[in-house]
Amino acid sequence: MTAVAAPAPDVPPPARRRGLTPYWLLLPAVLWLAVFFVAPLFYQASTSVQSGSIEKGFEVTWSWSNYTDALGEHGWHFVRSFAYAATATALCLAIAYPLAYLIAFRAGRWRNLLLVAVIAPFFTSFLIRTLAWKTILSDSGPLVSALNSLHFLDVTGALGLTTGDRVLATPLAVVCGLTYNFLPFMILPLYTSLERINPALLEAARDLYATPATTFRKVTFPLSLPGVVAGTLLTFIPASGDYINAQLLGSPGEQMVGNAIQKQFLNVQDYPTAAAMSFVLMAAILIIVTVYLRKAGTEEVV
Amino acid sequence: MGWIRRNLVVLAGLLALGYLLLPNLVVLAYSFNDPAGRYNYEWNEFSTDAWRDPCGIADMCTSVGLSLRIAVMATIAATVLGTLAAFALARHRFRGRGAANGLIFLPMAMPEVVMAASVGTLFLNMRIEFGVTTILIAHIMFCLSFVVVAVKARVASMDPRLEEAARDLYAGPLQTFWRVTLPLAAPGIAAGAMLSFALSLDDFVITQFNSGPSTVTFPMFVWGASQRGIPVQVNVIGSAMFFLAVALVLGGQLIGGRRKARA
Repeated sequence: MTAVAAPAPDVPPPARRRGLTPYWLLLPAVLWLAVFFVAPLFYQASTSVQSGSIEKGFEVTWSWSNYTDALGEHGWHFVRSFAYAATATALCLAIAYPLAYLIAFRAGRWRNLLLVAVIAPFFTSFLIRTLAWKTILSDSGPLVSALNSLHFLDVTGALGLTTGDRVLATPLAVVCGLTYNFLPFMILPLYTSLERINPALLEAARDLYATPATTFRKVTFPLSLPGVVAGTLLTFIPASGDYINAQLLGSPGEQMVGNAIQKQFLNVQDYPTAAAMSFVLMAAILIIVTVYLRKAGTEEVV
Repeated sequence: MGWIRRNLVVLAGLLALGYLLLPNLVVLAYSFNDPAGRYNYEWNEFSTDAWRDPCGIADMCTSVGLSLRIAVMATIAATVLGTLAAFALARHRFRGRGAANGLIFLPMAMPEVVMAASVGTLFLNMRIEFGVTTILIAHIMFCLSFVVVAVKARVASMDPRLEEAARDLYAGPLQTFWRVTLPLAAPGIAAGAMLSFALSLDDFVITQFNSGPSTVTFPMFVWGASQRGIPVQVNVIGSAMFFLAVALVLGGQLIGGRRKARA
């Protein structure tokens, strides 16, 4: 009988739960992540306290100056990153919620088509799509002229989001690009949690004389909270590390921490400072996410 | 007025969809442009030149080929590693399961630039030359987690009684796996593979930190072009990928729908 032979590691016998089978199955993936994901983080930690130069080589000198440099010289990059990412996340939530609601409750037989329409833009390279915003927001384009004649740019100008009569190369353009790029990451989790809501609950709220607004506030929104939390995390984390939107749509005045890391690593080749900044970014995100999850009070999300 | 209030959410949703699709429309429209300068940002004249000669820019088609090659290899490796891990996590209870879950979740919860810089630091320290190998290693690393999530969800929702039935009908372990388990898990594996193919094909950040001078993938080409001048052919490739993907998804849904109808 073949059953006598020891089970090959790549073919799990579903019947027998042999003690070692799961470990064999996990081994390749865990090994890969340990070597190419966890070990690099340790390398980075050690690099972040090194000093030296690309010519003379780097040495561990426990020089914390990399960290003071990261926070001192690049402090504004961090502030900007988190401010832009938070704004973009809030905008994403406001824009994605109606669309997710529409797909979950009002789309009927159009539902699948709408879902395809949400996912399809992904298949054009995101760099090309981000560059398209250069055309859409161009100074002489119809959108900017319309915003100008509506005096919208005067308002954003007073808020410090735009300067003069243009949108490109201002914080507004970068936030607009970030919002656009990470919108699907908000729509999909929102849709998943809205779609799970039992319509009978909404009917019950109506039967008990709740107005549509009250139904939303007391029933729909609380039930969609897991999606809100997952969506905000999936938007905020990548947005705060992004450097593409700031590079393509912003000016040097809108550079985020991602731009600083990229420059230090690829152009200046000052690896210790790049590593220190990556570490600060990672730690800051970790703290923000932990506090946020505490406040949001949903543990089942992650 | 009442109609507007009742359908406010529909209007807002459609506006959001417009925001999402507008850049794709612009990319498509400007693939028919004949730009005046080196940049394809402003409309000049209608032309189908770029569509008739998509490989007119030689470097670009080479970069598309490289991107496809890397995406295929990364997808195969990530799918195999991820599927094995997903079976372990979905089917077995064992010591260290929580830690393994956490390890696999972590890359998805980290900004790409941090991963890119740290794995790049590793290659630098190891004095491994940047090139296709380093890109491939990094792509497999970040695609893996997405495959695990997709396959795990599918395997967890599979009915274990089907495999029991196969065994009761004297199917050996191998036979049960090939004829029952694998076909049942196939949609999850396919979803994971497609996701990692798309992620690898379009990855820029991790690629930029881990590529050598001669390994210019398509996103790297677009990035370089955005600084030197963008050929219209970039828009042609972007639009073609969009239509190809939509056709594949719709085709898949049609086949899926017909299968369901037959079942």
